[in-house]
Amino acid sequence: MNYELMIETFPKLLVGLNITIQLVSISLFVGFCFAIGLALLRLSNNLFLNFFAKTYVFYFRGTPLLVQIFLIYYGIAQFEFIRESFVWSFFKEPYWCAILALTLNTCAYSSEIIRGGIQSVSFGQIESAKSTGMSGFLLYRRIILPIAFRQALPAYGNEMILMVKATSLVSTITIMDITGIARLIIAKTFSPVEIFIVAGLIYLTINFIVTRLVNFCEIKLTPYLRRAN
Amino acid sequence: MKKYFLTLIAFLLMTISAAYAGDWSKIKIGTEGAYPPWNGTNAAGELEGAEIDLVRDLCARMNAECELVAQDWDGIIPALQNGKYDAIMAGMSITEERMQVINFSQGYANEPASFSVLKSSSLAALGHSGKVNMDALDGKSKKLLNSLKKTLKGATVGVQGSTTHENFVKQVLGDSVTMKSYDTQENLELDLSVGRIDAALSDQGSMEKFMESDKGKKIVFIGPGLGGGPFGGGVGVGLRKNDTDLLKMFNKAIDGARADGTLAEHFTKWFGKDISM
Repeated sequence: MNYELMIETFPKLLVGLNITIQLVSISLFVGFCFAIGLALLRLSNNLFLNFFAKTYVFYFRGTPLLVQIFLIYYGIAQFEFIRESFVWSFFKEPYWCAILALTLNTCAYSSEIIRGGIQSVSFGQIESAKSTGMSGFLLYRRIILPIAFRQALPAYGNEMILMVKATSLVSTITIMDITGIARLIIAKTFSPVEIFIVAGLIYLTINFIVTRLVNFCEIKLTPYLRRAN
Repeated sequence: MKKYFLTLIAFLLMTISAAYAGDWSKIKIGTEGAYPPWNGTNAAGELEGAEIDLVRDLCARMNAECELVAQDWDGIIPALQNGKYDAIMAGMSITEERMQVINFSQGYANEPASFSVLKSSSLAALGHSGKVNMDALDGKSKKLLNSLKKTLKGATVGVQGSTTHENFVKQVLGDSVTMKSYDTQENLELDLSVGRIDAALSDQGSMEKFMESDKGKKIVFIGPGLGGGPFGGGVGVGLRKNDTDLLKMFNKAIDGARADGTLAEHFTKWFGKDISM
């Protein structure tokens, strides 16, 4: 094991940290916003909307993220009318293709997590809210969504961690994130073990912080569930 | 306990190295399978190409049973060192950088590299002519190189990662261009054909193969054919440093294939011209 190489590699890989964090935070944020809407569609009584949400989740959960990235990056570029239209300036950049793929993917998973959260809100709580005259948007904003988020938090924390790791796939479309830089250095030094260990440690650190943050939120949101010690 | 463990490891290492030494009746050969016509993968998922034919030829000459292993390009040298296979035949140029970690047989083929662009691009005006040997730069080739540099200034240039082509762009063009590295030659070609990059640098043979296809027919070469220097001295078989006996076997087999003309045949069949050396 070449420790010197590992120490040398560390700052070089940190350069890619910026892009990894950008990809994770933008796609998680946008994906989450759309996921709320998608979860509501999934729960709606309108058969068409329900079917749309179901189909979307089916396809994006059922296919590998790598395939989705390739389809968006290499696939869409094959259509001439897209290359000649204004959307090409968006799809031309690997960065935006990656954001789009990651967002669509996390949106599908998160919507199911949120749906589970919403459905776990007990009928009694909804009834008592209704008895005080709340309904519609107000009922969702004040009662259902806050309780649903609290319930969904552990599962959503899981999704956040998965997303951090999923960003490593974007190196296949020429983006120089942590994994992309690691592969570049390996090609020069021919020492995959050392370099990937350092890259792995960086991902581990990011996910350690994410876990702590989620844990902190859980404690804040559900103090009544904590053991008194 | 610790002692037992160490003994166990020592024993394992011994058996592994014993399996390597001397016995070359079975040879595993690593290739990429994504670099036609050198080594590609056909619609049925089978490896094919000039090097695949050459593997079969050389193995028959060495009286060895050969197994081909497909390996992604960026891990192709580490996997050799880890013993996943015993030899690399993947259009890999013999360069000083690689010679520091692995051995090479004698070269069996050599193909100049060239930049390619879309016909519709303004860069296409440069035209495609001349030859430059980076090891022997004279006045004429320096001029060709300079006009190439001038044309490419500010362009986005794609290469396959960790290749001699990437080295050339870094060393010779440097900051005057934006470089993008691709995992495979095929992905590089796709992005060139849709205009995500302004130019691509690759060996001529593989790009010519792409130009024959529907998507590739709007692509042309520009500038001179490039060789020598960062491009190394031809393509050879990559081998572990300590397998000197296998190196001798490969060199002898390549000599044989060259002498009876089959080496030239394999490359003519796949490249449409004789690029063997």
